[in-house]
Amino acid sequence: MPLPKNLRYTPTHEWVRVEGAFAIVGITDFAVEQLSDLVFIELPAKDAKVKKDARFGEIESTKTVSDLIAPVSGKVVEVNTALADNLDLIKDSPYDQGWMVKISMTDPAEVESLLTANRYQQQLDSEEH
Amino acid sequence: MPRTCLYENHLKAGATMVDFHGWEMPIRYTQIPQEHQKVRLSAGLFDLCHMGRLEFSGPGAEEWVQSVVTTDLSRIEFGHARYSLICDPNGGILDDIIIYRLPKSLFLVVNASNRDTVKPWFEEHKGGRDAQLADRSEELGMLSIQGPQYVRILAPLVEWTEHSLGKLPYYHIMKAKILGKRALLATTGYTGENGFEIYLPAEAAPEFWDKLLETGNGLIAPIGLGARDTLRVEAGMPLYGNELTRETNPFEAGLGFAVKLQKPVPFIGQEALARLNAEGPKRKLVGLRIFSKKVARQGMPIYNGEPAVGIVTSGIPSPTLGFPIAMGYVDKNTQVSDSLEVDIRGTRVQARLEPLPFFSRTRHKAAHAL
Repeated sequence: MPLPKNLRYTPTHEWVRVEGAFAIVGITDFAVEQLSDLVFIELPAKDAKVKKDARFGEIESTKTVSDLIAPVSGKVVEVNTALADNLDLIKDSPYDQGWMVKISMTDPAEVESLLTANRYQQQLDSEEH
Repeated sequence: MPRTCLYENHLKAGATMVDFHGWEMPIRYTQIPQEHQKVRLSAGLFDLCHMGRLEFSGPGAEEWVQSVVTTDLSRIEFGHARYSLICDPNGGILDDIIIYRLPKSLFLVVNASNRDTVKPWFEEHKGGRDAQLADRSEELGMLSIQGPQYVRILAPLVEWTEHSLGKLPYYHIMKAKILGKRALLATTGYTGENGFEIYLPAEAAPEFWDKLLETGNGLIAPIGLGARDTLRVEAGMPLYGNELTRETNPFEAGLGFAVKLQKPVPFIGQEALARLNAEGPKRKLVGLRIFSKKVARQGMPIYNGEPAVGIVTSGIPSPTLGFPIAMGYVDKNTQVSDSLEVDIRGTRVQARLEPLPFFSRTRHKAAHAL
């Protein structure tokens, strides 16, 4: 699956789509592949505060559990509640229907510190070798 | 890192390879739950070449092995297999093994993680007996076919067997001929399914692997270590390093049946084991049902109110049952009626004791075969 160019990325394999003062967050296809099978996701409640580089939830597979790391700081204004009962959305549509939370950013400038698609692709290339 | 003779077969099948106790092994080929269900519903093929295979022969062989293992070999007839433990002088578990009695030798299968400790342990305790220990791990390939369709898949590829393929009882071994080579077929496994563990010359193993998948024609798939683990947890089978360690003794692990305190030859740990047996275990290995979607994993504490009453040793999301299950040690007085909790990364989730195994097609037979 090609990396969408319009998104920004974290070294911990989250993606961000910026819509004005809002950031929509999910995890990349690479992250889903690494987890392989998904068994459980825990997301914050609406109105929860999240902090850049801090844990905002977790995702679990048969073999392992991974923290979800917030790419930006702010308040959760929407949660993709469909995921809890249909984790396949994350696998089948990681950059669209598999979105996890929508964050109202306190500091939109934080986005500038995130990786571009090219930089993230470079990281993936080096991890695979 | 060492690789098995089936390494190329794994790559060809698209396996994700990992370091397993120093061996480069397939963790999965597709997805763990999918591979798990293939074994439960049809059949799966496993590479077990990383395990240790030791053959003892000579006039003093039986007494030598007797002096090290906890089971009583004098009760094992030709063609039978027996689960056993090797303990240290304090009764701590060094390894769990399977012993097969062949016409002229005793054939032992030991864990990959303990290959480097068990062989020297035997050599150290040879005591001048007239016997030989041959390490067959390199020259013999070991693979396993497990699951309801195993006979149908194997039959077309087996040229000769000592007994009828579908009739050998659980925990037995017989001679066979496969691809023109001498082989051994044992009705043992680590999945809770019926099947065979197969020993044949290593050079024939890659071709045999391919032929099984080819003639199996969709009824069988290669299975990685990930599903091997979820299958054995459902089957309530302990894993060395999780349920069994040098700090656990056979009685608390529910493996008292493998310790024969009255046997013709004294064995390492006998005195300590007799004492531990008389005292009775302080904790017990149990099954747990977890009332959450979160998986309880190795090392997580188990509570019955306060303070902690135990610890999780293995946990999985069970593909067969559809909820997370675990094994762990709890205080011996813990009851099925107790409302237990497991601390999963700071969140307490509800748990309940469940009888082991969670799922098995072989266990009722195993109970008396063992």
